Amino acid sequence: MTALLEVKDLRVSFFIPAGEVQAVRGISFTLEKGESLAIVGESGCGKSVTVQSIMRLLQSPPAKIAGGSILFQGKDLLKLSEREMEKVRGNEIGMIFQDPMTSLNPTMKIGKQIAEGVRMHRKVSTEDAKRRALEMENLVGLPHPERRYDQYPHEFSGGMRQRTMIAMSLACEPKLVIADEPTTALDVTIQAQILELMKDIQKRLDTAIILITHDLGIVADLCHRVVVMYAGKIIESGSIEDIFYNPQHPYTWGLLKSVPSIHSQEKRRLVPIPGQPPDLIKPPAGCAFMPRCKYAMKVCVEHDPADFQINNGHKAACWLLHPAAAAIKEAAELEARA
Amino acid sequence: MNNNETIMEVKNLVKYFPVAGETFGKSSLLKAVDDVSFTIKRGETLGLVGESGCGKTTVGRTIMRLYEPTSGKVIFKGKDIVSAKPNEMKSIRRQIQMIFQDPYASLNPRMTVSDIIGEPLDIHRLAKGNARKNRIHELLQMVGLNAEHATRYPHEFSGGQRQRIGIARALAVEPEFIICDEPISALDVSIQAQVINLLEELQENLGLTYLFIAHDLAMVKHISTQVAVMYLGKIVEIADSHELFANPQHPYTQALLSAIPTPDPKIAKEHKRIILEGDVPSPIDPPAGCRFHTRCRFAKDICAQQEPEFKGDSKHQVACHLI
Ligand SMILES: Nc1ncnc2c1ncn2[C@@H]1O[C@H](COP(=O)(O)OP(=O)(O)OP(=O)(O)O)[C@@H](O)[C@H]1O
Ligand SMILES: Nc1ncnc2c1ncn2[C@@H]1O[C@H](COP(=O)(O)OP(=O)(O)O)[C@@H](O)[C@H]1O
Ligand code: SF4
Ligand code: SF4
Ligand SMILES: [Mg+2]
Ligand SMILES: [Mg+2]
Repeated sequence: MTALLEVKDLRVSFFIPAGEVQAVRGISFTLEKGESLAIVGESGCGKSVTVQSIMRLLQSPPAKIAGGSILFQGKDLLKLSEREMEKVRGNEIGMIFQDPMTSLNPTMKIGKQIAEGVRMHRKVSTEDAKRRALEMENLVGLPHPERRYDQYPHEFSGGMRQRTMIAMSLACEPKLVIADEPTTALDVTIQAQILELMKDIQKRLDTAIILITHDLGIVADLCHRVVVMYAGKIIESGSIEDIFYNPQHPYTWGLLKSVPSIHSQEKRRLVPIPGQPPDLIKPPAGCAFMPRCKYAMKVCVEHDPADFQINNGHKAACWLLHPAAAAIKEAAELEARA
Repeated sequence: MNNNETIMEVKNLVKYFPVAGETFGKSSLLKAVDDVSFTIKRGETLGLVGESGCGKTTVGRTIMRLYEPTSGKVIFKGKDIVSAKPNEMKSIRRQIQMIFQDPYASLNPRMTVSDIIGEPLDIHRLAKGNARKNRIHELLQMVGLNAEHATRYPHEFSGGQRQRIGIARALAVEPEFIICDEPISALDVSIQAQVINLLEELQENLGLTYLFIAHDLAMVKHISTQVAVMYLGKIVEIADSHELFANPQHPYTQALLSAIPTPDPKIAKEHKRIILEGDVPSPIDPPAGCRFHTRCRFAKDICAQQEPEFKGDSKHQVACHLI
């Protein structure tokens, strides 16, 4: 069986006056039907560029997809014409952004916006589109759907706008929904509403999700698998159990240790990751994490680490996993995960 | 260090903003902060949490008299700031400093780091010439930067480094009390821990007292001695940090804590969230009685009529009719 989505060796650069920003430097991952995948990593590591490449939303220039393929249900999205791509966007793949206001039309009534989305992809009557829009408003828990139908985005709160975005993204029953930090702009209690909604919908509709977030709590709650990105590459990927209970890469160790837990009894100093990510105009030749890595070895300076397979579905790119470094790895792991 | 000395006492603080009314252009009042009281002991941290718009920043800015309070007292080291005269205010401003959320917006892009940190030294005439230069280098070192950074401009730094510059500027005048308004919200998790550790070290070494405003409850728990939860301009619960997280009493606090996603798949799967219905009402015409009653799953008749009073002991206070 083929995967729903297969990204292979994707490379994306931005050509700006200062040089070539190598935003995505050869990433590969797959997503099965109904699966929920998180992409995590710090600001600028290439998460949004990755999903915008899948949706073919990047402006070119300055962006250029320098290589790779994106197979969605077997067809390469990178080879589609813009017209063909329009049939995929919002229809087969839905998208939810961080700031719903930028993706909603401020001058069009909410209900109409949802209905128009349906009519763009389905040959249905105006009445049927409206019925579908109301159905979607109901599904995402917008109170008083009939009344909401005739309101404008500015009359909605942040949470209600995000519900609207979700309604629009799901109206055509896409196989895949991509959500780029869908709750980052929301308060925690509203975030909780939206997360419950997304969980519930995923269960009911069996939609696959790619979720970008920097909140590891959301990952643990909502996703099956995780991809950890650093400086334009995937440095570790696996099931949430693999990543949370058996992390292998020093950057993943660092991410997990730098956040305090609400459940911890005693107070301990946080363990920050020193320094900051590298400049992607001149990405380092070796491991990009090297300048911040406590366990860096000679080999890390010049040679980009290969992918090492931990188990079926769990991979990490770090020289510590090379059999020759087994002893160092063991000591490092003991310390890092203490 | 005297651990029992109260350095800051806020009493019945009120800040209303006049706003143009929606009907007939009649002006009405936005009740941003409505009768807020707390005390902070020297060397400790009070965490102030609540959803956006609940009044946290207004509390901080009113304490510094960046906003004139509508009523109430702010007693700093035994002296009421609200009734302080302009010349007294200058010395108080030196002792109370603020660190802001947005390290990008809060630094002047046309000033070098040295000018930014030196400015408060000049305003308060604290150092000149070589002494000024040495002090700037000392401050840079204190926040984990170095002398080479002094001649550079803010845009040459990362978010975390810019926040360090903001902290160095706040420390320049040797304050005793620092209001940190969402100091880490704009930073990546790996960088957040760097800044939090720095704030903790400075507190230990310099005996600083913090009012720490944030919406990341796990971080607030980590750094605070005491935590106050605000809802629509009022504190609804205030307790020792450990006690508040172990034993939340107010229905709003309970919902807020249960909403935090846990970075542990096993706990996350078993965790049942309390989902609050709807949104926070407007502070222009807040609900009568308990302001939370429109969203509270335990609300009784009395909740819509009568405002609940604070109950409990000095370690844990709750304003709810259930208690
Ligand atoms: N239009 C653009 N022009 C030039 N460089 C860009 C552009 N868009 C993105 N980049 C660069 O590409 C890299 C990856 O950016 P991307 O937006 O994917 O980061 P991200 O992982 O989504 O970060 P965040 O968590 O901040 O959203 C960064 O170095 C960024 O500066
Ligand atoms: N200068 C101002 N003029 C009018 N209203 C304000 C002003 N500052 C804040 N407010 C209002 O006061 C309320 C509390 O705001 P704020 O203290 O900034 O909340 P928080 O920091 O908790 O997010 C909000 O409704 C906000 O819109
Ligand atoms: S490859 Fe080397 S530098 Fe990179 S994370 Fe592993 S040990 Fe650290
Ligand atoms: S006073 Fe009433 S409405 Fe308010 S929190 Fe308590 S039970 Fe709920
Ligand atoms: Mg992004
Ligand atoms: Mg604020």
